[in-house]
Amino acid sequence: MHDDHDTTPDMSREALPYSRRLFIRQGIALASLSATVPWFVQRSAGAAMLPEGSLVASRPGVREERVLVVVQLGGGNDGLNTVVPYGLDAYHRARPVLGLKPPKETGGALELDAARGLGLHPNLEGLKDLHDRGRLAILQGVGYPNPNRSHFTSMDIWHSASPTSRGRGGWLGRYFDHACAGRPEPEAGVAIGREAPLAMLGDETKPITFETEELFRWSGSDLHPLLAARYGEASRIGRLDGVPEDSQLAFLTRTALDAQVSSDRIRAAVAKPPLVRYPQGNLARQLQMVAAMIRDGLRTRVYYVSLGGFDTHAGQAGTHGNLLRQVGGSLQAFQADLEAQGNDGRVVTMVFSEFGRRVRQNASGGTDHGAAAPMFLVGSTIRPGVLGEHPSLEDLDDGDLRFGIDFRSVYAGLLEDWLDAPSAAVLGGTFRKASLLRT
Amino acid sequence: MRRDDPLRPLPPERFGFWEARHLLMRAGFGGTPTQVQALADLGLEGAVSALLDWDAVPEPPIEQGLFDPDIMQPPSAEQLAMGRRARQQGDQIVLDQLQQDRQRRQIQDRQQLDAIRKWWLARMIETARPLQERLVLMWHGHFTSGHREVEDSYLLFRQNEFFRRHAAGNFGDLARGIVRDPAMLKYLDNDRNVRRAPNENLARELMELFLLGEGRGYDEEDIKEAARALTGYGVADHEFRFARPAHDAGEKKILGRRGTFDGESLVDLLLAQPIAREWIALKLHRFLVSDLPVESSSPGRRAVEAIASSLARHRWELRPVLRQILSSAYFYDAANSLSVVKSPIDLIVGSTRSLSMPVRPLSVLLSAADLMGQSLLQPPTVKGWSGGRAWINTSTLFVRQNLLVYMITGIAPEGLDLPSDGAAYDPQVLVEALAATSVAPMGGTLGEVESILRFCIGPVPRPERLASIKEFLRDVGDRLDRDRRLALLCLVTAIPEYQLS
Repeated sequence: MHDDHDTTPDMSREALPYSRRLFIRQGIALASLSATVPWFVQRSAGAAMLPEGSLVASRPGVREERVLVVVQLGGGNDGLNTVVPYGLDAYHRARPVLGLKPPKETGGALELDAARGLGLHPNLEGLKDLHDRGRLAILQGVGYPNPNRSHFTSMDIWHSASPTSRGRGGWLGRYFDHACAGRPEPEAGVAIGREAPLAMLGDETKPITFETEELFRWSGSDLHPLLAARYGEASRIGRLDGVPEDSQLAFLTRTALDAQVSSDRIRAAVAKPPLVRYPQGNLARQLQMVAAMIRDGLRTRVYYVSLGGFDTHAGQAGTHGNLLRQVGGSLQAFQADLEAQGNDGRVVTMVFSEFGRRVRQNASGGTDHGAAAPMFLVGSTIRPGVLGEHPSLEDLDDGDLRFGIDFRSVYAGLLEDWLDAPSAAVLGGTFRKASLLRT
Repeated sequence: MRRDDPLRPLPPERFGFWEARHLLMRAGFGGTPTQVQALADLGLEGAVSALLDWDAVPEPPIEQGLFDPDIMQPPSAEQLAMGRRARQQGDQIVLDQLQQDRQRRQIQDRQQLDAIRKWWLARMIETARPLQERLVLMWHGHFTSGHREVEDSYLLFRQNEFFRRHAAGNFGDLARGIVRDPAMLKYLDNDRNVRRAPNENLARELMELFLLGEGRGYDEEDIKEAARALTGYGVADHEFRFARPAHDAGEKKILGRRGTFDGESLVDLLLAQPIAREWIALKLHRFLVSDLPVESSSPGRRAVEAIASSLARHRWELRPVLRQILSSAYFYDAANSLSVVKSPIDLIVGSTRSLSMPVRPLSVLLSAADLMGQSLLQPPTVKGWSGGRAWINTSTLFVRQNLLVYMITGIAPEGLDLPSDGAAYDPQVLVEALAATSVAPMGGTLGEVESILRFCIGPVPRPERLASIKEFLRDVGDRLDRDRRLALLCLVTAIPEYQLS
């Protein structure tokens, strides 16, 4: 580092010989922004230097302090063994092996509502605690008409909020497009994972997506400061003249810019240790990162995390139990972290899966693709308790539960009452909004 | 040969270095300047034939006994009896032993899976038959199976070999073979599909993903009936086994046709649907020509229709259809360059091959592919890999660029627990090879860096890119040596265009 001061603005000669400096690891200051970058990048990068609080409510009428966290359980979570109707004989008849016992018996369900004969899977102690503290809402029998039993299609339906017209992008992407119309916000959505979920893809807005924060930067910057500067120039162009907007090159150029702008802010945020202990597991790791980003005051409105493995066609009991233990423990720690931060009033978490499973267990000790299933909301501002009726186990739709709550009513409730967005415009139709928040 | 034929051939005189580069990138994994020049010198017909008629190219045979078929062998009758006795008598010691034995074999099988993945990646990097290997990768993504579900690495190796044998053969053989493929039967639970309790998984994906495309001309009833046709198609001792008593030989009604369909006649019925030809034509177009959506009025739509009729005309023989596509003016049209997002494997194999880089540790390359979203033998879903823009987001873009920094310099990025690799890479090889081609650079450092830029991102770089490497040249005082060339390559491979082919 001793020769850092050798850097001179005279670029006609090599200030730091490559052969000497190449591959020497060092910290590099952010390359200064040139005057040619799009204005929203300057604003966003500049915002990092403003005092805290000035980020909030920069747009009248938009509540920028509120955050939605989406937790996706991929593969089709078995709703009947998550929220357990242990009081129904039909449940035990349909599931002689997989059926969970009533709370009083050893290894039985955790009591939720004795009068209605409802319990939680015995491994969901975390959710039970949230429930007892009034931090959990259970929405029963959520689904949509003419349920599709293909993972991909049903997941696409939940992501796009449309059973019929696909290829319209995702519901949260459309929300971003609407809320940030004409002013794309690079950090509006953050998804933890490899692929950006369809739900977050809008026409103008794409989410920031990464699996681990350490790799969320260009490592070539370590080689030489001048190389970092050249890279920065190439990556911050954002738009290339004469390149069609719908081309692959335009898409890549735009993505390169988004990556640059977000990299430093996010890495700084998640480097801080959490305020509570999180359990092991991938979901806990993801929620811990989300809590750190919320704590650091990112402008992000929606975070997206996911856990897969719920497609339990065979030998379900052990696998499903382990997954639910992760779900309960992770959500419990996340809520505790937000409460310790004092941010719990700003955050609502929504948990969903693309479908539930057949009422009747199959011959392989598992369950096949089904339809309606429960959703969860977690937070300090949600209306707690069990909402809606448990679907009938007698009056079935081709062996599957009938839905009582359309998931788009849940989306509408969150859009209208939590995110202050017009749900009809975002969802492409009017759905009666579910009343999800404390009044 | 009509003028309005969407697949009319490229006039032979228009096939030069850049067309050969395009061909080798799409119908292979790219190649060195020397290889590209050699292909260009063969002319269009010769070049396409050199890639497609690979039986003429010697390739080391796959060693017998390379992998152990018996790691996940189901328990013998004797072991089963032992387990039964132990359970009856409550003999916990024996039960624990059996449990431990199973766990030990599972660990061993995961190790073998790693070995198979490495073997395959190495084969793609080294192969003298790049189109064959590229098609194997395509069929793996189309007729997907994954280890998490199959739980037997050897079956996946066998499936891989099956794809290699039929890579450019008759698509009907591939489709009929896949409903008898042990890995596929396990992956989609068809080994549990029996007359008394039909399992719809394979039947559904045959229609939705493999042969017809989702929601195109079939309904839920057709799936249920097709599942009956596939009952009894199972696996025993690593081999396909047709269990007659478990098969439902009764009449079925599928797509309006009545008959006592079994797996093979079901596949034949599906292949006879015009929609099937269009589905596979779309797949080939997407894989070879452009992964942008094909609009109803665009040249892409007309090309897909032409590929579909060609598949019909050639009765599902793939080789003549591939020859037609790869020889067409449409394939080489400027509008179809930079229109395919390189898959992670493409990026790894293609960069190693075309820049003449040392092969970095395969385990590192495979974990990088995982991070970029392409785990060989474990695609994320039965849909395989979505491909196209789904490969790219802010994080995978960094992983891609950082992987190239690693491959070029041998130094692992910070925060990634990987071994650094000492094997030195000297881009001088590349510079000299470029100098010997028909597109040899003008002299001087600017000529050299421009030539590298064109070879990496295409013949007509944008002015911003040219300006950027000129700046780089100023930075380095207009002098190039090994370190400066390595730095240049890190920069050039971080340009967005490098992610496209």
